[in-house]
Amino acid sequence: MFSDMFYKVWENGLIQMGVVETIYMTVIATFFSYLFGLPMGVILNVTDQSGIRPTPWVNRVLGFVVNFFRSIPFIILMVAMLPVARFILGTSLGNGAVIVMLVIGASPYVARMVESSLKEVNAGVIEAAQSMGCTNFQIVSKVLLPEAKPSLINGAVISMVTVLGYSAMAATIGGTGLGQVAIIYGHQRSNDDITWICVLLTVAIVQIIQIVGTYIARHTDKRIK
Amino acid sequence: MIELKKLSKVFESASGSVEALRDVDLTINDGEIFGIIGLSGAGKSTLVRCINLLERPSSGQVIIDGRDMTSLSRPELLKMRRSISMIFQGFNLLEQRNVLKNVCFPLEISGVKKQEAEKKALGLLKLVGLEEKADKYPSQLSGGQKQRVAIARALATDPKYLLCDEATSALDPNTTRSILELLRTINQTMGVTIIVITHEMKVIDQICDSVAVIDHSSIAEEGKVSDVFTNPRSDIARELILPKDRAALDTAGGRRIRLIFNGLYSREPIISQMVLECQAPVNILFADTKEYEGSIYGHMIVELPSDERQADKIIAWLNNSKVVWKEEN
Repeated sequence: MFSDMFYKVWENGLIQMGVVETIYMTVIATFFSYLFGLPMGVILNVTDQSGIRPTPWVNRVLGFVVNFFRSIPFIILMVAMLPVARFILGTSLGNGAVIVMLVIGASPYVARMVESSLKEVNAGVIEAAQSMGCTNFQIVSKVLLPEAKPSLINGAVISMVTVLGYSAMAATIGGTGLGQVAIIYGHQRSNDDITWICVLLTVAIVQIIQIVGTYIARHTDKRIK
Repeated sequence: MIELKKLSKVFESASGSVEALRDVDLTINDGEIFGIIGLSGAGKSTLVRCINLLERPSSGQVIIDGRDMTSLSRPELLKMRRSISMIFQGFNLLEQRNVLKNVCFPLEISGVKKQEAEKKALGLLKLVGLEEKADKYPSQLSGGQKQRVAIARALATDPKYLLCDEATSALDPNTTRSILELLRTINQTMGVTIIVITHEMKVIDQICDSVAVIDHSSIAEEGKVSDVFTNPRSDIARELILPKDRAALDTAGGRRIRLIFNGLYSREPIISQMVLECQAPVNILFADTKEYEGSIYGHMIVELPSDERQADKIIAWLNNSKVVWKEEN
């Protein structure tokens, strides 16, 4: 039923390893993307014309940077950013470098996701907080982020799936994971079954992320019940 | 005491500037319930937001307890805002926090310890009659209940002033009445000065001591509610107190005049006298009167006979009497 290569790859644990590595890279890269993307999203929201501290120049500069990186196809961005990985990690090889690429590629995406989630927060609630004498920091930490939590979690699921997709592309610059298994053993050696197995496993991971994320988002949202 | 002096606000936008407030002078005394009424777009929401500086006035002064709000530093302003609470038409509760945590919120941001804050919040929920809803979320409450929670939240920091921005406009008449009663209780028992923004005369009628009528960005008229009600001097006040009746306009016939009852002649049978003395019939199209401190106030629209001589006779009679009247179109 399966090709010889499939059994060989399976017995060597390459596919299993691929699943673990894909999940590992996705989780780590998503984490770091939020570490940078979340504050950027907050700044974009806060400095916007309708934000709590309109600052056009900050908004314009940051907005430009975010758009710049978002407009470059990830596969090109990856190659272009290799020197950055070398600068940060001392090497442009391996999964460490791939994670740097993923974070560079995904942070601006996350920033826009966060910005749009925060935009959904009722302006009246923010005004109420201002009328109580909240500082801008308190509005961000106690109103904007908590009120947008369900939407932020939904956004995180979408971002994570995007990062997962990027991680498969990273196989082209030497990243490991299911993408690499599919390209090297499936595509390059013409074993369609391996490619399809990798596709199915990727779909399964995406489904699990989606189901778990939706569950968490729904159960943290106090608006419906 | 809140004093607004020569307050103006101009909104600049790409499509030109809009003058929202023009030279507003108002004094709101401690302990009173002060109403600000106007049609939508008159500038009343901007006016109330200038009091706590959610909107910064373009010129003029906002003096609260002798301090000019516009000259405060930001930390001073934020601190000052804790003594000027606000409730809103849309309630503006934090949807992801339960009722108790919502009431705790202003205490939390001013650094009160959690236990102490919760104790106080429970007391306030009891005051507004919702202590059993403490662990519910806003989405599980009715509009009236949400506004009660908002009121409890507004009182958490022991404010001296409470600004109400169309606080009952999203509520049905019964709920409106109970919320207004709650506000009055708060005013009387806690001594909180309340500023009520509304477009509904009945709100002013029910709880306010003084009223300012705002029209086209400036104050048209101001005074004790009883004075303004009984003797509205501005057109806008008259319009708000004596609403235009649409049904009556549909009838065809002679000239229509509006008789205004300002309490002075409520004991006299005006219409009967007029009809008997002029020997001319009139058709009553509309009447809306109410009793206020024992006198009758309100208005009535009558249609004069189509016979011009008879109509003129009635007009002449009205001019000789002390009845206030106005020609209707």
